[in-house]
Amino acid sequence: MTNNPAAKNAVSTTNACKLCTPLGASLAFKGVEGAVPFLHGSQGCATYMRRYIISHFREPIDIASSALGEKQAVYGGGPNLKKGILNVMKKYSPSLVGVASTCLTETIGDDMGLILHEFREEFSDLDLPEVVHVSTPSYQGTHSDGFHRAVHALTDQLADPEAEKNERIALFPGMVSPAEIRLLKDIFREYGLTPTVLPDISDTLDGPALEDYEPVASGGTPVADIKALPGAAASVEFGSCLPRESGGTCLEKRFGVLNTRLPIPLGVRACDDFYDALAELSGSCIPRRYEQERGRLVDAYVDGHKYVFGKRAVVYGEENLVVALTAFLAEIGVQPVLVGTGAEGKRLAEAVESACGDLLREQPLVREGVDFHDIAEEAEALTPELVLGNSKGQRYARAWNAPLIRAGFPIHDRFGGQRLKGIGYEGTQELFDRIVNALIDKKQSDSPIGWGYI
Amino acid sequence: MTNDSTILDERRAQVFRSGSGDIDIACNRQSLAGAVSQRACVFCGSRVVLYPIADALHLVHGPVGCAAYTWDIRGALSSGPELHRLSFTTDLREKDIIFGGEPKLEAALLELIERNKPKAAFVYSTCIVGLIGDDMEAVCRRVEEKTGIPVLPVQSEGFKGSKREGYLAACKAMFRLVGTADISDVPELSVNIFGDFNIAGETWIIKDYLERMGLTVVASVTGDGRVDDIRRIHGASLNMVQCSGATLDLAKMIEEKFGKPHCRVSWLGIEDMAESLYKVAEHFAHLDPGIMERTADLVRSELGKIMPGLARYRADLEGKKAAVYVGGAFKAFSLIKSFRHLGMEVAVVGSQTGTKEDYAELAEVTDPGTIIVDDANPLELQEFIKEKDVDVFVGGVKERPIAFKLGVGFCDHNHERKIPLEGFEGMLNFAREVHASAMSPVWNFVPRREARHRDVGKECGHDE
Ligand code: SF4
Ligand code: SF4
Repeated sequence: MTNNPAAKNAVSTTNACKLCTPLGASLAFKGVEGAVPFLHGSQGCATYMRRYIISHFREPIDIASSALGEKQAVYGGGPNLKKGILNVMKKYSPSLVGVASTCLTETIGDDMGLILHEFREEFSDLDLPEVVHVSTPSYQGTHSDGFHRAVHALTDQLADPEAEKNERIALFPGMVSPAEIRLLKDIFREYGLTPTVLPDISDTLDGPALEDYEPVASGGTPVADIKALPGAAASVEFGSCLPRESGGTCLEKRFGVLNTRLPIPLGVRACDDFYDALAELSGSCIPRRYEQERGRLVDAYVDGHKYVFGKRAVVYGEENLVVALTAFLAEIGVQPVLVGTGAEGKRLAEAVESACGDLLREQPLVREGVDFHDIAEEAEALTPELVLGNSKGQRYARAWNAPLIRAGFPIHDRFGGQRLKGIGYEGTQELFDRIVNALIDKKQSDSPIGWGYI
Repeated sequence: MTNDSTILDERRAQVFRSGSGDIDIACNRQSLAGAVSQRACVFCGSRVVLYPIADALHLVHGPVGCAAYTWDIRGALSSGPELHRLSFTTDLREKDIIFGGEPKLEAALLELIERNKPKAAFVYSTCIVGLIGDDMEAVCRRVEEKTGIPVLPVQSEGFKGSKREGYLAACKAMFRLVGTADISDVPELSVNIFGDFNIAGETWIIKDYLERMGLTVVASVTGDGRVDDIRRIHGASLNMVQCSGATLDLAKMIEEKFGKPHCRVSWLGIEDMAESLYKVAEHFAHLDPGIMERTADLVRSELGKIMPGLARYRADLEGKKAAVYVGGAFKAFSLIKSFRHLGMEVAVVGSQTGTKEDYAELAEVTDPGTIIVDDANPLELQEFIKEKDVDVFVGGVKERPIAFKLGVGFCDHNHERKIPLEGFEGMLNFAREVHASAMSPVWNFVPRREARHRDVGKECGHDE
């Protein structure tokens, strides 16, 4: 890789560019029908994460906690975990409780598998929900890892080896928005395919106004569908930096379900790969609707190319999204200068290089394990003119006087983050329009002339 | 008790209805496992209190989450440095957990102090630090020697209680600063503002009132706070303490060691605001006889400014009902009175961390039938909202979607609000906020309020 030697990160972290693992796991569990996420740890973690997630989705987010106190931290949290699940059962009648560990319980060494095994025996007379557990000490990995680990845990722990063969396609979309999941389901339908999307946050984290309060928001992947996954015809998962163990690889290894890993379908090339894959899975060619969408997108690329060409961009955030965004920028003629993530060990540089192909005239600096301080240290000299990422870089973008195109999670300083789309030809179109308009807007407000035509 | 099926049996003692006999609410308990409490942790309590000290470095010693979720989440403004708006953490990794986090803490502190040149550093311990047993005191002492600035450990391991314990830990840390600077130029007519967080610039409003009364404000400790000011707070003649829990301990420590008295105040709502100013004026009346009159003038002129506006809002809001769920109970009292001014009744009131005395007082000042609750959770809150059919809910971000899902207005009264709600002008802002939500036409369309929706659905056969 023609890259500068990695800049030395500071020992301390200033404005982290990542979140902790249990948050990702909670998000994934929120996408299962009737599920209540449950953090095994002290009360504070759950409350903080709820608040953080609510500010993005603007939906009730109930995350239970075993609320460990000092005593339990010393003698073990098993009894609280069991009692907590019973309480959740009483109040939420969940079909699934998704238990994620935290730093605290990982460090005191609670064996969740064992505790939950005991729990099932002790209370075998009750009508117990499914309980899936995932180990998520946040001193290992980031929220993205937590998310993928939870998806893997759901698949691995619920999959029924006896499941009958069926025609469904398992889709593991990764951390995309509720609106994007709705879009993906439409696309599958258009190809005549029925997906089991795991997780499916399209309704649970972006629900309608209702007559009455729902303790657990309706929607989500039905537990029965997850159990039936081993019978799926194939599986598709999105991401260029996925962990080795994922929902898709689990199905492939254990049940021989053919898995296809695709980059997040963002940009013409990545979308082409995705729509081609669907054509192959369905045996039908691309519906005219999407051919038209693709045509319009390319037409827009042409119409808008001058506004964006050569603009120097900084991209940061969750590793898979960062690769997808960078590849997309490369194809519209924006020059990514710095690409950063808080995650480590993701082979980000390789992923970026291969996703951008030979479209870039110059490779960007690619940084793993950085915080916003590290990003800013290098970015300043690179004079960015465009910034893409979640809302946490807002103050930096402002300091660089560059527009911030908000994408991913979290978006705390704008309205409608849960409805943003960037994937599919349709979503790419939306994102492209936003970028072009942001640059035009900047040009307009920087100029004394209020152009009536641009 | 009525149809409280949403209340877990073990939580029944934490819910009370006014007028149903003697109140004996069970509060200050550890949150129940699995109950989805709205509470946070010890660390959160410490962070809240110390957060607005704007020229100090606030380093969270722990894994990444505890710091990430508290990054710039509060609306505490600063008139100068803004170090408090950055999120610093040691981001402990697996090897630090195994071998101990002290070396990383020391290196991080030295690096950050060198880079940011703070006036002092607060180091917060989180759950995990409590477990691995890092000696924060020792590290802080070493760094203090090397850098020459105060480096103050805050023992705020999350699991060691609730927010309250965090307040105490924060007070203890601050108290180490008190008395370390010269106070010879502090005049006698001087006060400190405690427990006000300068949300959306509220402290500046209060400060302006106090100065017009002829008082010097030595320090606003927890809002637009400065390390050098805190070193001198023992010089002020009176500490005005707002927010029941947060800084009372500090005021008591100062009283004990330096003999400076404190009084409880609230800057919310018309009565409490005026009463608090008079209380302070009275304290100084023997030194400055004119202060009572100046205060009366001030109150009169400020009230004159807001009364016409308030009356307009009241005309629309009269007879509507509100629910209040806040962090500390002091706010609940002021809110009940404020709502009365708007012609509204508070039908549900609760707090995360109220004391027995707080709840007894609430039972007294509320109308019979009012629901009083300690440490509620979303399911209970939605049940109470429905039962009382309230029009507006006052709370924090975590409560907002509960209200909105039920088609109920909402007013953010938490630390992240962007509009000043304290002082006389704050009362007018509060009325505007409540009005803007309660009177919005959007409630016509929410299913719970709209019968039409269902009929249409049925005709089209959508009703399953
Ligand atoms: S302790 Fe761990 S799990 Fe809890 S908030 Fe902090 S980083 Fe996240
Ligand atoms: S780990 Fe402890 S200190 Fe950190 S947020 Fe969780 S409960 Fe609070």
